[in-house]
Amino acid sequence: MSIMRSMLRHAIFATFVVAAAFHVETAAAQESPDATVKRVAEDTLAAIKSDPQIQAGNQARIREVVEAKVAPYFDFTRITALAMGKNWRVATPEQQKRLTEEFRSLLVRTYSSALAQYRDEKIDYKPLRMNAGDTEVIVRTAVVRSSGPPVPIDYSMAKKPDGWKCYDVVVGGVSLVTNYRDEFNAQIQSGGVDGLIKTLADRNKGMAAK
Amino acid sequence: MIVRHAALQAAAIGLAGALLAGCAATPSRVDPFEPTNRVMFEIHDAVDTAVMRPFIQFYTDAVPQPIRQAVSNFFNNIDDMISAANDLLQGDFDQLGNDLGRVTLNTGMGMGGLVDLASMVGIPRGNQDFGLTFAKWGFDQGPYLFVPLFGPTTVRDGTGWIVRLFVGPVGYISDVPLRNSIYGVGAVDLRAQVTEATKIVDTAALDRYTFIRNAYLQRRRYLQYDGKPPPEPEDQQ
Repeated sequence: MSIMRSMLRHAIFATFVVAAAFHVETAAAQESPDATVKRVAEDTLAAIKSDPQIQAGNQARIREVVEAKVAPYFDFTRITALAMGKNWRVATPEQQKRLTEEFRSLLVRTYSSALAQYRDEKIDYKPLRMNAGDTEVIVRTAVVRSSGPPVPIDYSMAKKPDGWKCYDVVVGGVSLVTNYRDEFNAQIQSGGVDGLIKTLADRNKGMAAK
Repeated sequence: MIVRHAALQAAAIGLAGALLAGCAATPSRVDPFEPTNRVMFEIHDAVDTAVMRPFIQFYTDAVPQPIRQAVSNFFNNIDDMISAANDLLQGDFDQLGNDLGRVTLNTGMGMGGLVDLASMVGIPRGNQDFGLTFAKWGFDQGPYLFVPLFGPTTVRDGTGWIVRLFVGPVGYISDVPLRNSIYGVGAVDLRAQVTEATKIVDTAALDRYTFIRNAYLQRRRYLQYDGKPPPEPEDQQ
Protein backbone atom coordinates (compact mmCIF):
# COMPACT_ATOMS: atom_id res chain seq x y z
CA MET A 1 0.00 0.00 0.00
CA SER A 2 2.68 2.43 1.01
CA ILE A 3 4.68 1.33 -2.02
CA MET A 4 1.69 2.08 -4.19
CA ARG A 5 1.28 5.48 -2.59
CA SER A 6 4.95 6.24 -2.97
CA MET A 7 4.85 5.24 -6.63
CA LEU A 8 1.79 7.33 -7.20
CA ARG A 9 3.46 10.28 -5.56
CA HIS A 10 6.51 9.81 -7.75
CA ALA A 11 4.33 9.55 -10.82
CA ILE A 12 2.52 12.76 -9.96
CA PHE A 13 5.80 14.49 -9.22
CA ALA A 14 7.29 13.25 -12.50
CA THR A 15 4.27 14.51 -14.39
CA PHE A 16 4.71 17.93 -12.84
CA VAL A 17 8.41 18.01 -13.69
CA VAL A 18 7.75 17.07 -17.31
CA ALA A 19 4.94 19.60 -17.56
CA ALA A 20 7.08 22.30 -16.00
CA ALA A 21 10.00 21.51 -18.30
CA PHE A 22 7.68 21.57 -21.31
CA HIS A 23 6.27 24.86 -20.14
CA VAL A 24 9.73 26.40 -19.83
CA GLU A 25 10.61 25.09 -23.28
CA THR A 26 7.56 26.62 -24.94
CA ALA A 27 8.01 29.82 -22.97
CA ALA A 28 11.54 30.15 -24.36
CA ALA A 29 10.30 29.41 -27.89
CA GLN A 30 7.57 32.03 -27.63
CA GLU A 31 9.69 34.70 -25.95
CA SER A 32 10.19 37.70 -28.24
CA PRO A 33 13.74 38.30 -29.53
CA ASP A 34 14.18 41.58 -27.67
CA ALA A 35 13.02 39.93 -24.45
CA THR A 36 15.59 37.18 -24.99
CA VAL A 37 18.41 39.71 -25.49
CA LYS A 38 17.36 41.66 -22.43
CA ARG A 39 17.01 38.59 -20.20
CA VAL A 40 20.39 37.15 -21.26
CA ALA A 41 22.19 40.50 -20.94
CA GLU A 42 20.74 41.42 -17.55
CA ASP A 43 21.25 37.90 -16.24
CA THR A 44 24.90 37.89 -17.33
CA LEU A 45 25.67 41.35 -15.96
CA ALA A 46 24.01 40.49 -12.64
CA ALA A 47 26.11 37.31 -12.41
CA ILE A 48 29.29 39.27 -13.13
CA LYS A 49 28.49 41.98 -10.61
CA SER A 50 27.71 39.53 -7.82
CA ASP A 51 30.67 37.19 -8.36
CA PRO A 52 33.57 38.04 -6.02
CA GLN A 53 36.04 35.97 -8.09
CA ILE A 54 35.18 37.92 -11.24
CA GLN A 55 35.44 41.21 -9.39
CA ALA A 56 38.94 40.09 -8.33
CA GLY A 57 39.83 39.62 -12.01
CA ASN A 58 39.41 35.87 -12.50
CA GLN A 59 39.26 35.50 -16.31
CA ALA A 60 38.50 31.77 -16.28
CA ARG A 61 35.45 32.43 -14.13
CA ILE A 62 34.10 35.04 -16.59
CA ARG A 63 34.45 32.48 -19.37
CA GLU A 64 32.42 29.99 -17.32
CA VAL A 65 29.65 32.56 -16.95
CA VAL A 66 29.72 33.35 -20.68
CA GLU A 67 29.64 29.62 -21.53
CA ALA A 68 26.69 29.02 -19.20
CA LYS A 69 24.61 32.14 -19.79
CA VAL A 70 25.49 33.62 -23.19
CA ALA A 71 26.82 30.88 -25.49
CA PRO A 72 23.53 28.87 -25.59
CA TYR A 73 21.90 31.85 -27.30
CA PHE A 74 24.41 32.06 -30.15
CA ASP A 75 24.11 30.06 -33.37
CA PHE A 76 27.83 29.39 -33.80
CA THR A 77 27.40 27.24 -36.90
CA ARG A 78 25.63 30.05 -38.71
CA ILE A 79 28.13 32.64 -37.43
CA THR A 80 31.01 30.53 -38.75
CA ALA A 81 29.27 29.92 -42.09
CA LEU A 82 28.66 33.67 -42.53
CA ALA A 83 32.26 34.55 -41.65
CA MET A 84 33.44 31.90 -44.16
CA GLY A 85 31.23 33.31 -46.92
CA LYS A 86 31.60 31.37 -50.16
CA ASN A 87 34.39 29.25 -48.63
CA TRP A 88 31.89 27.50 -46.34
CA ARG A 89 30.64 25.32 -49.22
CA VAL A 90 34.21 24.32 -50.07
CA ALA A 91 34.80 22.94 -46.55
CA THR A 92 33.92 19.30 -45.76
CA PRO A 93 31.36 18.62 -42.98
CA GLU A 94 34.26 17.56 -40.71
CA GLN A 95 36.15 20.81 -41.46
CA GLN A 96 32.97 22.81 -40.84
CA LYS A 97 32.60 21.15 -37.45
CA ARG A 98 36.22 21.84 -36.47
CA LEU A 99 36.01 25.45 -37.71
CA THR A 100 32.85 26.07 -35.70
CA GLU A 101 34.44 24.64 -32.53
CA GLU A 102 37.59 26.73 -32.84
CA PHE A 103 35.82 29.92 -33.86
CA ARG A 104 33.34 29.45 -31.01
CA SER A 105 36.22 29.20 -28.57
CA LEU A 106 37.81 32.40 -29.95
CA LEU A 107 34.51 34.30 -29.79
CA VAL A 108 33.74 33.19 -26.24
CA ARG A 109 37.21 34.34 -25.22
CA THR A 110 36.79 37.70 -26.97
CA TYR A 111 33.37 38.26 -25.46
CA SER A 112 34.74 37.39 -22.02
CA SER A 113 37.61 39.85 -22.32
CA ALA A 114 35.14 42.56 -23.36
CA LEU A 115 32.91 41.75 -20.38
CA ALA A 116 35.91 41.81 -18.05
CA GLN A 117 36.08 45.56 -18.71
CA TYR A 118 32.47 45.99 -17.67
CA ARG A 119 32.08 48.46 -14.81
CA ASP A 120 28.84 50.30 -14.18
CA GLU A 121 27.49 50.68 -17.70
CA LYS A 122 23.78 50.44 -18.31
CA ILE A 123 22.11 48.93 -21.34
CA ASP A 124 19.44 50.87 -23.15
CA TYR A 125 17.05 48.58 -25.10
CA LYS A 126 15.53 50.22 -28.17
CA PRO A 127 11.91 49.46 -29.20
CA LEU A 128 11.76 46.41 -31.48
CA ARG A 129 10.52 46.87 -35.04
CA MET A 130 9.15 43.51 -36.11
CA ASN A 131 6.31 42.27 -38.29
CA ALA A 132 4.21 39.26 -37.35
CA GLY A 133 5.78 36.15 -38.84
CA ASP A 134 9.30 37.61 -39.13
CA THR A 135 11.95 34.95 -38.50
CA GLU A 136 14.93 37.32 -38.59
CA VAL A 137 15.12 40.62 -36.74
CA ILE A 138 17.68 43.08 -35.42
CA VAL A 139 17.50 43.88 -31.71
CA ARG A 140 19.04 47.30 -31.10
CA THR A 141 20.68 48.26 -27.82
CA ALA A 142 23.16 50.86 -26.62
CA VAL A 143 25.67 50.63 -23.82
CA VAL A 144 25.45 53.87 -21.85
CA ARG A 145 28.67 54.78 -20.08
CA SER A 146 29.32 57.35 -17.39
CA SER A 147 31.90 58.95 -19.69
CA GLY A 148 31.93 59.02 -23.45
CA PRO A 149 29.13 58.55 -25.95
CA PRO A 150 26.80 55.52 -25.85
CA VAL A 151 28.00 52.53 -27.88
CA PRO A 152 25.28 51.07 -30.11
CA ILE A 153 25.24 47.25 -30.14
CA ASP A 154 22.85 45.47 -32.49
CA TYR A 155 22.09 41.76 -32.32
CA SER A 156 20.93 39.94 -35.46
CA MET A 157 18.50 37.28 -34.25
CA ALA A 158 16.94 34.34 -36.07
CA LYS A 159 14.01 32.23 -34.92
CA LYS A 160 14.86 28.59 -34.22
CA PRO A 161 12.69 25.75 -32.85
CA ASP A 162 14.17 26.32 -29.36
CA GLY A 163 13.92 30.11 -29.32
CA TRP A 164 15.70 33.11 -30.87
CA LYS A 165 19.43 32.77 -31.53
CA CYS A 166 21.98 35.46 -32.33
CA TYR A 167 23.99 35.15 -35.56
CA ASP A 168 25.81 38.50 -35.68
CA VAL A 169 26.76 41.29 -33.30
CA VAL A 170 27.29 44.78 -34.72
CA VAL A 171 29.19 47.16 -32.43
CA GLY A 172 29.12 50.81 -33.48
CA GLY A 173 28.50 49.76 -37.08
CA VAL A 174 31.24 47.10 -37.09
CA SER A 175 29.86 43.63 -37.80
CA LEU A 176 31.75 40.82 -36.13
CA VAL A 177 30.96 38.42 -38.96
CA THR A 178 31.93 40.80 -41.76
CA ASN A 179 35.11 41.74 -39.93
CA TYR A 180 36.32 38.13 -39.90
CA ARG A 181 35.41 37.44 -43.53
CA ASP A 182 38.57 38.99 -45.03
CA GLU A 183 40.76 37.40 -42.37
CA PHE A 184 39.29 33.96 -43.04
CA ASN A 185 39.56 34.44 -46.77
CA ALA A 186 43.24 35.47 -46.55
CA GLN A 187 44.04 32.44 -44.37
CA ILE A 188 42.24 30.08 -46.75
CA GLN A 189 44.03 31.52 -49.79
CA SER A 190 47.42 30.95 -48.22
CA GLY A 191 46.88 27.66 -46.38
CA GLY A 192 43.49 26.23 -47.36
CA VAL A 193 40.65 25.47 -44.97
CA ASP A 194 42.96 23.30 -42.86
CA GLY A 195 45.37 26.24 -42.62
CA LEU A 196 42.57 28.40 -41.18
CA ILE A 197 41.61 25.65 -38.71
CA LYS A 198 45.24 25.40 -37.61
CA THR A 199 45.57 29.18 -37.21
CA LEU A 200 42.42 29.31 -35.08
CA ALA A 201 43.49 26.31 -32.99
CA ASP A 202 47.02 27.68 -32.43
CA ARG A 203 45.59 31.03 -31.44
CA ASN A 204 43.20 29.43 -28.94
CA LYS A 205 46.02 27.30 -27.48
CA GLY A 206 48.30 30.33 -27.26
CA MET A 207 45.69 32.35 -25.40
CA ALA A 208 44.77 29.46 -23.11
CA ALA A 209 48.40 29.25 -22.04
CA LYS A 210 48.42 32.91 -21.01
CA MET B 1 52.98 68.25 -33.92
CA ILE B 2 52.42 64.53 -34.00
CA VAL B 3 49.17 64.92 -35.85
CA ARG B 4 50.44 67.51 -38.30
CA HIS B 5 53.55 65.47 -38.96
CA ALA B 6 51.39 62.41 -39.49
CA ALA B 7 49.25 64.26 -42.01
CA LEU B 8 52.33 65.15 -44.04
CA GLN B 9 53.35 61.53 -43.87
CA ALA B 10 49.93 60.52 -45.11
CA ALA B 11 50.46 62.67 -48.17
CA ALA B 12 53.97 61.27 -48.65
CA ILE B 13 52.77 57.69 -48.26
CA GLY B 14 49.88 58.32 -50.60
CA LEU B 15 52.37 59.44 -53.23
CA ALA B 16 54.81 56.61 -52.53
CA GLY B 17 51.91 54.18 -52.60
CA ALA B 18 50.72 55.50 -55.94
CA LEU B 19 54.19 54.85 -57.36
CA LEU B 20 54.18 51.34 -55.93
CA ALA B 21 50.72 50.53 -57.23
CA GLY B 22 52.09 48.86 -60.33
CA CYS B 23 54.05 46.24 -58.37
CA ALA B 24 51.68 45.38 -55.52
CA ALA B 25 51.73 41.60 -54.99
CA THR B 26 48.07 41.09 -54.19
CA PRO B 27 46.20 44.15 -55.40
CA SER B 28 42.87 44.57 -53.66
CA ARG B 29 40.13 47.02 -54.34
CA VAL B 30 40.18 48.77 -50.96
CA ASP B 31 43.83 48.27 -50.01
CA PRO B 32 46.02 48.36 -53.11
CA PHE B 33 49.04 49.45 -51.06
CA GLU B 34 48.78 46.61 -48.57
CA PRO B 35 52.50 45.65 -48.60
CA THR B 36 53.55 49.25 -47.85
CA ASN B 37 50.74 49.71 -45.34
CA ARG B 38 51.80 46.58 -43.49
CA VAL B 39 55.33 47.95 -43.08
CA MET B 40 53.86 51.23 -41.76
CA PHE B 41 51.64 49.22 -39.41
CA GLU B 42 54.64 47.30 -38.05
CA ILE B 43 56.50 50.56 -37.40
CA HIS B 44 53.45 52.05 -35.74
CA ASP B 45 52.90 48.95 -33.65
CA ALA B 46 56.52 48.82 -32.48
CA VAL B 47 56.39 52.48 -31.34
CA ASP B 48 52.94 51.98 -29.84
CA THR B 49 54.05 48.95 -27.83
CA ALA B 50 57.36 50.43 -26.70
CA VAL B 51 56.26 54.01 -25.97
CA MET B 52 52.54 54.71 -26.22
CA ARG B 53 51.10 51.77 -24.29
CA PRO B 54 53.34 52.24 -21.22
CA PHE B 55 52.81 56.00 -21.36
CA ILE B 56 49.03 55.66 -21.59
CA GLN B 57 49.13 53.26 -18.65
CA PHE B 58 51.08 55.88 -16.70
CA TYR B 59 48.66 58.63 -17.75
CA THR B 60 45.63 56.55 -16.72
CA ASP B 61 47.20 55.66 -13.35
CA ALA B 62 48.61 59.10 -12.54
CA VAL B 63 45.82 61.41 -13.70
CA PRO B 64 42.46 61.08 -11.91
CA GLN B 65 39.47 60.18 -14.05
CA PRO B 66 37.63 63.54 -13.67
CA ILE B 67 40.67 65.38 -15.01
CA ARG B 68 41.07 62.95 -17.91
CA GLN B 69 37.37 63.48 -18.60
CA ALA B 70 37.86 67.26 -18.64
CA VAL B 71 40.73 66.80 -21.12
CA SER B 72 38.49 64.68 -23.35
CA ASN B 73 35.71 67.26 -23.06
CA PHE B 74 38.06 70.06 -24.08
CA PHE B 75 39.08 68.25 -27.28
CA ASN B 76 35.52 67.08 -27.94
CA ASN B 77 34.43 70.72 -27.83
CA ILE B 78 36.92 71.51 -30.60
CA ASP B 79 35.63 68.47 -32.51
CA ASP B 80 32.10 69.84 -32.10
CA MET B 81 33.18 73.13 -33.75
CA ILE B 82 34.62 71.14 -36.65
CA SER B 83 31.44 69.06 -36.73
CA ALA B 84 29.32 72.24 -36.94
CA ALA B 85 31.36 73.45 -39.92
CA ASN B 86 30.77 70.10 -41.62
CA ASP B 87 27.05 70.09 -40.82
CA LEU B 88 26.91 73.38 -42.71
CA LEU B 89 28.89 71.97 -45.66
CA GLN B 90 26.54 68.97 -45.74
CA GLY B 91 23.42 71.14 -45.41
CA ASP B 92 22.34 69.25 -42.28
CA PHE B 93 20.74 72.14 -40.40
CA ASP B 94 19.21 70.04 -37.59
CA GLN B 95 22.60 68.74 -36.60
CA LEU B 96 24.15 72.17 -37.17
CA GLY B 97 21.76 73.53 -34.53
CA ASN B 98 22.79 70.78 -32.13
CA ASP B 99 26.51 71.23 -32.65
CA LEU B 100 26.38 75.04 -32.45
CA GLY B 101 24.24 74.76 -29.33
CA ARG B 102 26.76 72.36 -27.82
CA VAL B 103 29.75 74.59 -28.55
CA THR B 104 27.99 77.73 -27.27
CA LEU B 105 26.83 76.05 -24.06
CA ASN B 106 30.06 74.21 -23.32
CA THR B 107 32.39 77.05 -24.21
CA GLY B 108 30.31 79.74 -22.49
CA MET B 109 29.11 77.96 -19.39
CA GLY B 110 31.21 74.79 -19.28
CA MET B 111 34.53 76.46 -18.50
CA GLY B 112 35.72 76.74 -22.11
CA GLY B 113 34.70 73.19 -22.93
CA LEU B 114 36.12 71.40 -19.88
CA VAL B 115 32.60 70.50 -18.72
CA ASP B 116 30.24 68.84 -21.19
CA LEU B 117 27.00 70.49 -20.05
CA ALA B 118 25.40 69.88 -23.46
CA SER B 119 25.54 66.10 -23.06
CA MET B 120 24.08 66.43 -19.57
CA VAL B 121 21.04 68.17 -21.03
CA GLY B 122 20.88 65.64 -23.86
CA ILE B 123 22.10 67.50 -26.96
CA PRO B 124 23.63 64.76 -29.15
CA ARG B 125 27.04 65.17 -30.77
CA GLY B 126 27.14 65.38 -34.56
CA ASN B 127 30.57 63.73 -34.87
CA GLN B 128 30.96 64.96 -38.44
CA ASP B 129 34.33 65.55 -40.02
CA PHE B 130 35.71 66.59 -43.42
CA GLY B 131 36.22 62.98 -44.49
CA LEU B 132 32.50 62.32 -43.97
CA THR B 133 31.59 65.52 -45.79
CA PHE B 134 33.69 64.44 -48.80
CA ALA B 135 31.95 61.04 -48.62
CA LYS B 136 28.50 62.63 -48.60
CA TRP B 137 29.50 64.85 -51.50
CA GLY B 138 30.15 61.66 -53.43
CA PHE B 139 33.95 61.45 -53.43
CA ASP B 140 35.37 57.94 -53.62
CA GLN B 141 37.12 56.78 -50.43
CA GLY B 142 40.27 55.96 -52.39
CA PRO B 143 42.94 53.53 -51.18
CA TYR B 144 43.22 52.58 -47.53
CA LEU B 145 46.32 53.97 -45.81
CA PHE B 146 47.99 53.14 -42.53
CA VAL B 147 49.98 56.06 -41.17
CA PRO B 148 52.44 55.51 -38.29
CA LEU B 149 51.51 57.48 -35.13
CA PHE B 150 48.20 58.36 -36.71
CA GLY B 151 46.54 55.08 -37.51
CA PRO B 152 44.11 53.81 -40.13
CA THR B 153 42.72 56.18 -42.74
CA THR B 154 41.92 56.45 -46.44
CA VAL B 155 42.94 59.00 -49.05
CA ARG B 156 39.54 60.69 -48.55
CA ASP B 157 39.69 60.71 -44.75
CA GLY B 158 43.38 61.66 -44.72
CA THR B 159 42.62 64.62 -46.99
CA GLY B 160 39.89 65.55 -44.51
CA TRP B 161 42.47 65.57 -41.71
CA ILE B 162 44.81 67.83 -43.69
CA VAL B 163 41.93 70.27 -44.29
CA ARG B 164 41.12 70.12 -40.59
CA LEU B 165 44.69 70.99 -39.60
CA PHE B 166 44.43 74.17 -41.65
CA VAL B 167 41.03 75.26 -40.38
CA GLY B 168 41.23 73.92 -36.79
CA PRO B 169 41.56 76.51 -34.03
CA VAL B 170 44.69 75.01 -32.46
CA GLY B 171 46.73 75.68 -35.59
CA TYR B 172 46.22 79.42 -35.08
CA ILE B 173 47.93 79.48 -31.69
CA SER B 174 51.15 81.38 -32.36
CA ASP B 175 52.98 80.14 -29.25
CA VAL B 176 54.67 77.08 -30.74
CA PRO B 177 55.43 75.17 -27.50
CA LEU B 178 51.85 75.73 -26.30
CA ARG B 179 50.43 74.67 -29.64
CA ASN B 180 52.59 71.53 -29.73
CA SER B 181 51.64 70.71 -26.13
CA ILE B 182 47.97 70.87 -27.06
CA TYR B 183 48.56 68.55 -30.03
CA GLY B 184 50.53 66.22 -27.74
CA VAL B 185 47.87 66.06 -25.03
CA GLY B 186 45.23 65.60 -27.74
CA ALA B 187 47.12 62.59 -29.09
CA VAL B 188 47.44 61.07 -25.60
CA ASP B 189 43.73 61.64 -24.95
CA LEU B 190 42.78 59.96 -28.24
CA ARG B 191 45.06 56.99 -27.60
CA ALA B 192 43.78 56.58 -24.02
CA GLN B 193 40.20 56.40 -25.32
CA VAL B 194 40.94 53.38 -27.49
CA THR B 195 42.79 51.41 -24.80
CA GLU B 196 39.85 49.09 -24.17
CA ALA B 197 39.21 48.57 -27.87
CA THR B 198 42.90 47.72 -28.33
CA LYS B 199 42.66 44.97 -25.73
CA ILE B 200 39.67 43.45 -27.52
CA VAL B 201 41.46 43.58 -30.88
CA ASP B 202 44.45 41.80 -29.29
CA THR B 203 42.15 38.95 -28.26
CA ALA B 204 39.87 38.82 -31.28
CA ALA B 205 42.12 39.31 -34.29
CA LEU B 206 43.87 36.54 -36.19
CA ASP B 207 45.77 39.22 -38.07
CA ARG B 208 45.57 42.60 -36.39
CA TYR B 209 46.38 44.53 -39.55
CA THR B 210 43.39 43.09 -41.42
CA PHE B 211 41.11 43.27 -38.40
CA ILE B 212 41.82 46.97 -37.80
CA ARG B 213 41.47 47.79 -41.51
CA ASN B 214 38.09 46.09 -41.77
CA ALA B 215 36.81 47.60 -38.55
CA TYR B 216 37.92 51.08 -39.60
CA LEU B 217 36.31 50.86 -43.05
CA GLN B 218 33.07 49.39 -41.65
CA ARG B 219 32.91 52.09 -38.99
CA ARG B 220 33.44 54.91 -41.50
CA ARG B 221 30.83 53.47 -43.85
CA TYR B 222 28.38 53.33 -40.94
CA LEU B 223 29.05 56.99 -40.09
CA GLN B 224 28.82 58.02 -43.75
CA TYR B 225 25.28 56.64 -43.88
CA ASP B 226 24.35 58.09 -40.45
CA GLY B 227 24.08 54.68 -38.84
CA LYS B 228 21.98 53.10 -41.59
CA PRO B 229 24.42 51.70 -44.16
CA PRO B 230 22.87 49.82 -47.10
CA PRO B 231 23.87 46.12 -47.23
CA GLU B 232 27.13 45.42 -48.98
CA PRO B 233 27.01 43.31 -52.16
CA GLU B 234 28.57 40.33 -50.33
CA ASP B 235 25.80 40.34 -47.72
CA GLN B 236 23.03 40.06 -50.28
CA GLN B 237 23.72 36.50 -51.34
